[in-house]
Amino acid sequence: MSGGVDSSVAAGLLHEAGHEVIGVSMQLYDASHGFGSCCTIDDLHDARRVASHLGFPHYIVNFESQFHRHVQANFLEEYAAGRTPIPCAHCNSEVKFKELLARAEGYGAGALATGHYARLTRGDDGRLRLLRGADRGKDQSYFLFSLTQDQLTMASFPVGHLSKDDVRREAARLGLLGVADKPDSQEICFVPDGDYARFLEREQPSLATTGAIVNTEGQTLGAHGGVHRFTVGQRKGLGLSAGVPLYVVAIDAETQAVTVGPKEALARDTLTASQVNWISGRPPADWIRAEVQIRHRHQAATARVRALDEIRAEVVFDAPQIAISPGQAAVFYDGDEVLGGGWID
Amino acid sequence: MPRIYLDHNATTPLVSPALDRFCRVAADVWGNASSVHHFGQQAKAVLDGARASVAALLGAEPSEVVFTAGGTEGDNAAVRGAMEALEPTGRRHLIISSIEHEAVLQTAKALARRGIRVTHLPVGESGVVEPDALAAALTDDTALVSVMHANNEIGTLQPIAALAALARGRGALFHTDAVQTAGKLPLDVAALGIDLLSISAHKFGGAKGAGALWIRRGVRLGPFMTGGRQERGRRAGTENVPALAAMGAAADYARQSMAANAPRVAALRDRLEQGILARVPNTAVNGSGPRVPNTTNISVDRVESESLLIALDLEGIAVSSGSACSSGTLEPSHVLKAMGFPHARTLNSLRFSLGASNTEAEIDHVVSVLPALVTKLRGLAARA
Repeated sequence: MSGGVDSSVAAGLLHEAGHEVIGVSMQLYDASHGFGSCCTIDDLHDARRVASHLGFPHYIVNFESQFHRHVQANFLEEYAAGRTPIPCAHCNSEVKFKELLARAEGYGAGALATGHYARLTRGDDGRLRLLRGADRGKDQSYFLFSLTQDQLTMASFPVGHLSKDDVRREAARLGLLGVADKPDSQEICFVPDGDYARFLEREQPSLATTGAIVNTEGQTLGAHGGVHRFTVGQRKGLGLSAGVPLYVVAIDAETQAVTVGPKEALARDTLTASQVNWISGRPPADWIRAEVQIRHRHQAATARVRALDEIRAEVVFDAPQIAISPGQAAVFYDGDEVLGGGWID
Repeated sequence: MPRIYLDHNATTPLVSPALDRFCRVAADVWGNASSVHHFGQQAKAVLDGARASVAALLGAEPSEVVFTAGGTEGDNAAVRGAMEALEPTGRRHLIISSIEHEAVLQTAKALARRGIRVTHLPVGESGVVEPDALAAALTDDTALVSVMHANNEIGTLQPIAALAALARGRGALFHTDAVQTAGKLPLDVAALGIDLLSISAHKFGGAKGAGALWIRRGVRLGPFMTGGRQERGRRAGTENVPALAAMGAAADYARQSMAANAPRVAALRDRLEQGILARVPNTAVNGSGPRVPNTTNISVDRVESESLLIALDLEGIAVSSGSACSSGTLEPSHVLKAMGFPHARTLNSLRFSLGASNTEAEIDHVVSVLPALVTKLRGLAARA
């Protein structure tokens, strides 16, 4: 329970349905210093008030070390390597549905419910299928691609079939007045002001190493303050003036070179992905057709996908895609169903 | 679900004489004790009675007892007040133990920021301050030594009389935070040979928001709350008459029932401790030597206390990990750290603190529930 409306309503609906609910909030980082004006302590109090209003126990568990180990350290490493990470996905598979799930089982819980906009159904073969949230605008299945059948067996997404408006209405109906109108959480929780570069430099000052901005022909166009400030596909913040709009097309952490080029240079029709998870637990034997989503706000594009081995996959899009960013996830869909996904190489 | 409360070092339920007194005074004696008229006199008489009861609990004179809002206030007033009072003499050195309650630790930290030199006395694995360590730390500049009477997390009793004799031999004042001993063990401020002692009512059957600081006659401490002339000018502000009256009743009750309760609670504590040590593998008691009768602190290897605490609560059993004030932060216990234990052990200790209302059946239930919970949590920890 983050103190937000989604997890509050998820808990409220389960409680109303007669389940024995144990509210748990994770304290993930020390917001009292170093992170600007984060409101996480107030959020934890909101979660506590929801539990107390509905009448079930609530505990705040400290996952600072686990969160740092599995999420923040990876966030730093990825940016340092010139990649653009997705901390939420790591948090789901390594913190929530691993460390927190183990805690929940320790409390005797039979399931771990969250406020994610995603749905679960059981297929004819008895295996769980992970589906997009019914509210396509709020769908969070992209961040859940790395969950295994074992993890999904213990998962419950009580608001996955609702729209955000429905959730707010449910919150009001359940009397959760403090959270019903809370604004949606933004971006990455531990960088509340959205200034990743400043966060990264504070955590790892050595990142602020200057490098060259070069064009696709290898000519130096300018200098930059560290590869962690860039994402493939980025246009703003390059500090260049050129006749045509320039975009980051490649980042080389070893030479600290950031390559820029016109929009066309961003187009690619293939990618490979690592640490691939197939929701069914079984990689496909041959090429399959799928819609592949390469970032959270990307319209999934039709492609052919095949497993290269147990944990790697290759994607060939029907049409070139703009800004395939290493470190982001490529998630394979069949309609609403998540088939699997992996981290873009 | 029947609930079992084993967290009496955090707070206690009101004993019935204190509850009766609280309700009666709140209803009937609502005058301002500073007022000249009948209503004020009534309230003043209630405070006089409470003061006499608290003095009797401490072996002190009523005129030496200053009412406070609780233990933290008493600790602040004693430590800040003594350092301030001795500043003109050039004594600017404060000695505390490394296992003090946060009320003293943080106060010392605040004073250090203002230029006071602070020495933390070490404790060994026993959790007891050695007089030799104090003798070595004392200087002619030492203004105050503050060592708690019994530690709130592990219950170990400190050799206050010996420590106080050393301090006073060098001309320093001595304060003890007796929050965890008042009402549990006989207290005699004269025999302890100390100057200042703080207590809190809700730790011995009284109400929250009441406490007392005993200031030995002759020790000149300035006002710690300025305003009106309440508490002989030392602590201004209209008195919390019902809570202070209840503290008096709780003090009387503790004094009368202590001889019977202490050995009975100690026997329950020992039963619990022995039961856990026998039934749960890889457990160990933290702290040795004389302890308050109600407390045991047990490390459960390979189980984070945070998990076990919650699992026990879901079974209706209320205990604590370390001190209640540090829950939610998951700081390793500073007490176990000071005792030299490895990091893991400072995160896997549980404090059981019993009260007179606990029963043998409750203790046996806890001992029967714990092994399976620990086995389960250890299994999950091994998997993750």
